[in-house]
Amino acid sequence: MSRHAITALALRSAAIGYVLCLILLPLTAIGFQSFEDGLTRFIDDIQQPQAKAALILTIEAALITTVINAVFGMLSAWVLVRYDFPGRAFLNALVDLPFAVPTLVAGIMIAALYGATSPIGAWLLKGGIEVLYNVPGIVLAMLFVTMPFTIRSLQPVLMELEQDQEEAAYTLGATPWQAFWRVTVPSVLPGLLTGIFLTFVRALGEFGSVVIVAGNIPLKTQVAAVYVYGEIESYNPQGATSVSVVVLIVSFLALMLLERLTRPPGERLPTLLTSIFSPQLLVLRSILKFNTPH
Amino acid sequence: MKIEVRALSKYFGSVEAVSNVSFTVKEGELLGLLGPSGSGKTTVLRMIAGLESPSSGDIFIDHVRVNDLSVQQRNIGFVFQHYALFKHMTVADNVAFGLSIKKWAKREIHQRVADLLQLMGLPGLGGRYPHQLSGGQRQRVAIARALAPRPSVLLLDEPFGAVDAQVRQELREWLIRLHDELAVTSLFVTHDQEEAMEVSNRLIVFSKGRLEQIGSPAEVYEDPATEFVARFIGSMNIVEAEVKQGVAHVAGLEFPAPDFPDTQRIQIGFRPYYIKLSEDTTHFRLQARVRHVYFLGVAYRVEIETESGLILRSRMNKEEFRQCRFEVGQPVSYAITHFRILPQDHGTPSPAMGIPDSPLTP
Repeated sequence: MSRHAITALALRSAAIGYVLCLILLPLTAIGFQSFEDGLTRFIDDIQQPQAKAALILTIEAALITTVINAVFGMLSAWVLVRYDFPGRAFLNALVDLPFAVPTLVAGIMIAALYGATSPIGAWLLKGGIEVLYNVPGIVLAMLFVTMPFTIRSLQPVLMELEQDQEEAAYTLGATPWQAFWRVTVPSVLPGLLTGIFLTFVRALGEFGSVVIVAGNIPLKTQVAAVYVYGEIESYNPQGATSVSVVVLIVSFLALMLLERLTRPPGERLPTLLTSIFSPQLLVLRSILKFNTPH
Repeated sequence: MKIEVRALSKYFGSVEAVSNVSFTVKEGELLGLLGPSGSGKTTVLRMIAGLESPSSGDIFIDHVRVNDLSVQQRNIGFVFQHYALFKHMTVADNVAFGLSIKKWAKREIHQRVADLLQLMGLPGLGGRYPHQLSGGQRQRVAIARALAPRPSVLLLDEPFGAVDAQVRQELREWLIRLHDELAVTSLFVTHDQEEAMEVSNRLIVFSKGRLEQIGSPAEVYEDPATEFVARFIGSMNIVEAEVKQGVAHVAGLEFPAPDFPDTQRIQIGFRPYYIKLSEDTTHFRLQARVRHVYFLGVAYRVEIETESGLILRSRMNKEEFRQCRFEVGQPVSYAITHFRILPQDHGTPSPAMGIPDSPLTP
């Protein structure tokens, strides 16, 4: 084997090994643990009233978050790319802040703003709107931590979309509205979908900010991640794992759907089966590639 | 008259991009707008299309003033420099876009798209996406898309700017053939003088937002109306000379200039192939030394330095070169067989005042 081949092999092994150790092994571990006592136990676990309520609340709040951030994220990305205004650079830098701020701190910020002792919180309370220890608080926390996703996935595609394409549509007789729906939206759709799905998946797993803002009230404000934490604390790893696996499956399905939806046009769509097993197939194919002569 | 532009000006802020431009395009003509980048030619094209609105002046298409018509209503076809194909649509959908906007029947759209792809030499590629095509193919799809709704005029912005040299040559020849076949009035913008000369029936030379000259390629080349055109089209030696008793003098050279008063400084221009060289230093009256020899493929360019330090470019074909075999440093004699006096006032095209044939030498 040539030196080059050995280097290539070493690099590939390192990359695959890294992904395997960091992602695939823990995934397998949690899968085994949750089904250790059989499928019935797993179903029992997730049908606990608290677990069920936590899962439903989490998915609902994540969906609301996704819709709001999709609309306002699209708007913000559009404004940041297409318009020049004083403070644009500052606003643009601000977008990344949620990535930099620890989520616990994010929770404390929201609690400080909407708490009963703050003017806004008190005013809202007087109007009968309870933000903290309630669903709006959860959504606010999720909105904060997922805010950059839509904006940051849309910005590059919007920048890449030369204004030429819209002008080309105009010269062919399209109104601005037709150009927007038939040219702009389809062109930026992969970016938009990526932002939307990442938002959803990230919101599903949010813990730090939500636990501060919404607390841990079973059947009311307890989200899946907080439930899982509680179960671990009360020595029920089995229950914790089962709920985790549900969150994991939902996330995984969402990412798979995203992958199928954003496949570049003109490329063959894989069957559902191959897309489910594509990570495994990839690993298999890479391993097989080792043995093919160079 | 298919397109008429009258006293068109365009300001971007306080910058005048286009300044009082007037011209007409005849029915069925292929006309090139030529100028260096930033000369305002693309802005003129975009104003005709309706993508830019003029600060003042009028635009007529088919004798109708279109200033107040939107780009959608002008019935023009526009080909963008970087194709601007819709990336998420197949080639066929790209070509069909304008037709579906205009609500053509499905069957007719299908027929029109098939016909156009055939005409463009792209049959069978209707199902491809733009990213699966070569640069030349993309450009042809862009032209097909622009032609599909049967526009009354076709406007092309640097149509071959983004493809490589060899494909560019093919596309030029193809565009000329296509234009001969369809006879759609076409206006195209280019900064490449060779391209403009080769493709256009007539061309318009722009500089700094002003129209410098309109004419056939031969007219513009042989009879440049301004110093700018003389410098921009082809290659020209230009020297500044001072008139004394009807003769312009510069660095030992003399050019008859009977119509000019004494002490006036005038620009004298002469094409490289109007400088004759001889290895026999007594053959011509003027003396120089070879500074550089450039091989240009079909010809040679010989750069000479005159006794008085003037650097001039001479051009000759291979046969002429082969007879003398000039080498760097070699003393030569030379003669300027033709020259012209270039118009002084920049931007006011006046008939050329040069004397086309005035042998200065034995």
